[in-house]
Amino acid sequence: MTQPLIAPIETARVTPGTHDGQGHGSLRGYLVGYLVATLLTIASFFAAGTNVLTPSSAIAAITVLAIAQMLVHLIFFLHISTSPNQRTNILAFALTAIIVSMIVAGSLWIMSHLHSNMMPVDPQMPMQMQP
Amino acid sequence: MNQRVMDIRLAPASLGGNPERRGMTGFGFYLYLLSDCIVFATLFAAFAVLHRSVADGPSGAQLFDLRNAFVETACLLTSSVTCGMAMLASDRRHLRSALAVLAVTFLLGFAFLGLEMTEFARMVSEGAGPSRSAFLSAFFTLVSTHGLHVAAGLAWLVVIFVQLRQKGFSDGVVRRMFCFSLFWHVIDVVWIAVFSFVYLIGSAS
Repeated sequence: MTQPLIAPIETARVTPGTHDGQGHGSLRGYLVGYLVATLLTIASFFAAGTNVLTPSSAIAAITVLAIAQMLVHLIFFLHISTSPNQRTNILAFALTAIIVSMIVAGSLWIMSHLHSNMMPVDPQMPMQMQP
Repeated sequence: MNQRVMDIRLAPASLGGNPERRGMTGFGFYLYLLSDCIVFATLFAAFAVLHRSVADGPSGAQLFDLRNAFVETACLLTSSVTCGMAMLASDRRHLRSALAVLAVTFLLGFAFLGLEMTEFARMVSEGAGPSRSAFLSAFFTLVSTHGLHVAAGLAWLVVIFVQLRQKGFSDGVVRRMFCFSLFWHVIDVVWIAVFSFVYLIGSAS
């Protein structure tokens, strides 16, 4: 038994973005996704516009709603699922999610440390500190 | 297995309908889209770091018009659904309805781009252009990179529309439509992040 030359073909059997490797699901699936996404959008615009929520809880609500809506799009429009024959697609997606969170969280973390370690600039400070 | 690998390698490009080949094209395009998400992640990170650096200029809460952002969101979300319907029509090989929903997709995408350009023009005329502050530089870079993707998608859509009328559902056209639908849905997912983290949180905080 020789090793297969191109391994991913065996695992990437279900094309990303298709329901079962062939079709694109049903009209019903798209309409359900449309309805849920619309409700989530309205909810997050409401959370931003209302004065009921404090700013920090509004930010938390908008973040949660955004992640929920992205998942709705991935499931109903891009047909990403956890079925075993989509394993390669899910692995590539998970790797991207890790890289994205490292870039965003890492940048914010490093820059906030830099910001708090920075000496406050005082215009009255004499220039003798310079070499 | 090896026999199947050989089949793919020897298959001429015209055999686009070969599900294996379509699977490979789709997977390759999917990898491109994931790497595009990383590009957007760097721009989001820059925006998140710089969004308070307004240099005594206008902040997001003063500049953003949430009603405009809501209409933009509605246009792009609806166009994502009509794009999905075009794929359903392509599955059934129904040319007339595929062309109709692709045209609706184009018009909604065009409306989105028009609203965005109007907003940019208003902000620049108010003196809040990309050179005003670090916040606005990051804002214009992020949002116009997304807009550039929408514009590229619209150009692609015109090509697909013309090819669909001329060639019908040939294997190549079906494959291009399929890649376009992936692209368009991902652009919509990126827009969710833009309106939530840039517009809504910018106005709430």
